[in-house]
Amino acid sequence: MSSHVFRPLFVIIGLVGVILIARLFIVPEDFGVHERGYMYGFYRKSNENEWKAFPVKYKFNNEYCKACHTGQYDSLMQSAHANISCENCHGPALGHPLNPTKLKIDKTRQQCLRCHTHLPYPTSNRATIRGINPDKHNPDIECFMCHNPHKPNIGAFRGGTQ
Amino acid sequence: MITRRDLLKYAITGIAGLAVPTAAIQVLSSKKIFAGKGNVSNVRWIFLVNTYKCVGCGLCVKACKKENEIPYDANVTRTWIERYVITKDGKVFADSPHGGRDGFIMSKIYLGKGRYQDIKEEDISKAFFVPKLCNQCDNPPCVQVCPVGATYQTADGVVLVDRTWCIGCAYCIMACPYGARFFHPVYKVAEKCNFCYHRINKGLKPACVSACPFSAREIGNIQNSNDPIAKIIKTERVRVLKPEFGTNPMVYYIGLDKEVR
Amino acid sequence: MTEIAHGELWTAKELWTVKELFTYPNEYIYWSIQIVMYPFMTGLVAGAFVLSSLYHVFGVKQLKDMARFALVFSFALLFIAPLPIVLHLLQPFRGFYVFMTPHFTSAIAAFGVVFFAYGAIVASELWFIYRKHFVETALSLKEKHNKTPSEWVKYLIFRVLTLGAYDISEKALKTDEKAIKILAGIGIPVACFLHGYAGFIFGSVKANALWMTPLMPVIFIMSAVVSGIALCILTYIVAIEIRRFFASRKALPPGSFQSKEDTSGVDIHTIKTTSNYLLFFLILAVSLELLDLIFRGYTAVKAWDILRVVLYEKKLISLFVLQYGIGSLVPFVLLLMPRLTIKRAIVISVLVLLGVFMMRWNIVIGGQAFSLTFAGFMHYQLPIIPHNWDTFREGFFGALSIMIAPFILFWIFNKIFPVFDYKESH
Repeated sequence: MSSHVFRPLFVIIGLVGVILIARLFIVPEDFGVHERGYMYGFYRKSNENEWKAFPVKYKFNNEYCKACHTGQYDSLMQSAHANISCENCHGPALGHPLNPTKLKIDKTRQQCLRCHTHLPYPTSNRATIRGINPDKHNPDIECFMCHNPHKPNIGAFRGGTQ
Repeated sequence: MITRRDLLKYAITGIAGLAVPTAAIQVLSSKKIFAGKGNVSNVRWIFLVNTYKCVGCGLCVKACKKENEIPYDANVTRTWIERYVITKDGKVFADSPHGGRDGFIMSKIYLGKGRYQDIKEEDISKAFFVPKLCNQCDNPPCVQVCPVGATYQTADGVVLVDRTWCIGCAYCIMACPYGARFFHPVYKVAEKCNFCYHRINKGLKPACVSACPFSAREIGNIQNSNDPIAKIIKTERVRVLKPEFGTNPMVYYIGLDKEVR
Repeated sequence: MTEIAHGELWTAKELWTVKELFTYPNEYIYWSIQIVMYPFMTGLVAGAFVLSSLYHVFGVKQLKDMARFALVFSFALLFIAPLPIVLHLLQPFRGFYVFMTPHFTSAIAAFGVVFFAYGAIVASELWFIYRKHFVETALSLKEKHNKTPSEWVKYLIFRVLTLGAYDISEKALKTDEKAIKILAGIGIPVACFLHGYAGFIFGSVKANALWMTPLMPVIFIMSAVVSGIALCILTYIVAIEIRRFFASRKALPPGSFQSKEDTSGVDIHTIKTTSNYLLFFLILAVSLELLDLIFRGYTAVKAWDILRVVLYEKKLISLFVLQYGIGSLVPFVLLLMPRLTIKRAIVISVLVLLGVFMMRWNIVIGGQAFSLTFAGFMHYQLPIIPHNWDTFREGFFGALSIMIAPFILFWIFNKIFPVFDYKESH
C-alpha cells in the first residue's frame, strides 16, 4: 500500500493547523459572537468600551457657561437667539476654562449667513427667518460690526444707525 | 493498493476539513451562532428628523466634525445636509456642498465640476433641507459584508467600527445604500456616524442634536414607552429612507418628499 | 483638544473622482484599478485550470501539451491573484485577518477559504504530475559528489518537494495518475466556485443597481474561462517561439537532443482545438452579458433611468466599442473564419483578453460611475504618473506590476516544474 498519495494532504492539514495556532495568539480573547448573532454581532467586545471612552468635546449645556458668564447668558436667553447653544459660535468647551483659557469665537459673516441668507423656500422653516441677500447687504463688513449676536432682536445696532 | 473510492473519500474529507470555517473551530455553542438578532437590550436608539424644521444652517455638521475628530476640511462627513429645490416645471435640483458644513449661504445650486445653477424665486414650487446620517439599520448590509468582523452592531442597535481591526477593503462602503460610510483620512479605516456613542452612553445627546437650534434632529429610545421621541414615531406618520433595500432604518423622517434620494 | 487640524490630506479617492450633479458627499470611486485587476487575475487562474482539466478529466488528447503548461501557469497566476486586493487595502498588513476572524456572511471572507482550498488542489495536482521529476532530480543530486553551493540549494529544494516519498515504481505512478484525474475533477467545480464567488462579491451588493444580479457569478465564470484560455494560447505560443528563437541561435552539435518544440515550433492542432473551446465559451459569455443588458432595459426598474445614461452615454466607448466590439465581436468573427493561423490566434487572444479586461473595468468602474442618489455621476481618472504610494498602488504602474508578475513567477516555476522538455512516463 503506497502511502505517498496522502503526503500533500498532510502538508495542507499542517498549514491549516498553523493558521489555527496563529489564531490563538493573534485573535483577542473577547473576539466572538455577541448579542446580535454571527451576522451582525461578530466582533471584539472591548471595542464597545473604547468607543464609550471617546472624549466628549461639546458640553452643549448653557448652564455650564452661565456659572461664569451670567451676563452674556442672560442677554442671550432673552433674545431670539436663545435656541442657539453657546458652543455653536464659541467652540467646544472641552478643557475650558483651564486649558484653553479662551475659546476661539466664530465671528465670521459665514456663521451668520448660515441662517440669515434669505432663502424663500416654501415648506421649509428657512423661509420664516429674517434674511438678507449677502451680495447686496454690506458685503464688505462683518455682521457683528453692526449687530450684536446676543441681542439681535432689540433692534439696537452697535454704534451705528440705519 | 489504494482504490479510487478510498482516494475520493480522503480527498473529500480533506476538502471538508479545509472548508470548515476556521472561526467555527473556536469553541462556540451552535446556539450562539444561530441566535439571530434577539432584542436582549432594553435600549434601542432611534433618531427622528423633522425636515420642516431644518433650515440648512449646517451647525450639526460643524459640531459633528469637531466632536468626532473628522478632519474639518476633508470632504467626508458622518452627517450631512441635502438641499432640494423643485421648480414649477417639475425639475429637481439638489446639492450638498461640503456636506452642508458651512450651511447654505447662497441661492445657487451646486452642479459639480465648479458649475452652479441659478433658480429664480418665483420658479420654486417647493424647497427644503434633509439632514442625513447613518440609519443604524436593523439589518445593516455594511455589517453583513465585513470580511473580518471589524464592524458590528451593539445590543442597543448602534453600528460601530473597530479601528484596530478594519482592513480597509471598502466593501462596507459599497454595501451601504445611503452613502453613510467613508474612509477616515487619518486612521485609514472605515468611518461612520455612531449616534455619538460616547455621548449617548453618558446621558448626553449626540452633538448634532444638541447643536441644532430648531430641534430638527432628535434622539430617543424606542424600547422606552415614555420616551417622547418614541411616542412621536409610534403615533405620527413617519417615513424612512430607501425602504426598498430591506435595511429597516432606525432614522425616521417627518415631511420626507418623494424626490428625496 | 478643541480644534482639529485643518487641511488634513484626504486619501487619493478625491483625486481620482470627478463628481457631476448630485452625489452624496461621501461617495467616491472607492474600488479602483486594483479591484478591476482582481477579478481579471482570478479569472485567468480559473480559466487556465479549466483548460488543463479538459485533458486530465475529459481526456482531450490534443490538449496534452497545453494542459501541463496551463496548470503550471495557473499555479503562477494563483500566487499573484490575491495581490491586487492586498494592494487595494488601506491596511494591507491586516489582510491576513481574513483568515484569523473570517466573517462568513461576507463574500470576501468565504473567498479566502475557497481560494486556499483551490490553491491546495492545484499544488497537489502539480505534485503528482511532477513527483517523478522531483524524485529523480533529488536522487541524482544526492549521488553527486562535490556539490556546488547552488546544487546544494537545488538538492534541498527538491528533497523537500518529494515530501519524503521516493517510490516511483510503475504501480506508484499509476496511483499518481488516478490522483491527478480525481484532483482535476474536483478542481473544476472549485475553480468555478472560486470565480463564481468573485462574481458574487459584486452581484450581492444590493446597494449597487448595476452589480446586483444573480447572473453575475455565471457571467464571471464564463468570461473567466474565456480569458484563461486566451492567455494560455498567447503565452504558449510566445513561450515556444522564444525557445525556438534561442534554440536556433545556439550552434548545436549535430545529433544532439532537441525537444519536439525546439524544432517544430507551435503545434497548430493544439491551438486549433483550444480555439474551439475559446469560441464556445466566448459565445456563452457574451450571450449572458447581453441577456443581462436586455433584461435590464426591458424591465426598466427605477435605476434604469441612470443606468441607461451610464451604459449608452458615459461608458459607450469602453462598453460597446472596446468590450463588445473589439473585445468580443471581432475575435468571434476571426475564430469563425477558416484556416486558423498562429498569427491570427495571437490576435484573437489579445483581443479577447482586452475584451474581458474591459468587461471587468465596466463592471467595477461602471458600477461606481453613477451615484447612489441616481441623480449624479462620478468619473474615474486613472493615476498614471505616481506621485505618492497611494497613486502608485492604485494607479497604472501598480496594475502593470500585477500584469507582469505572473510571467516572472512562471519563469521561476518553470525551473522547478519543467513545462516544455518534460517527458512524461505515463
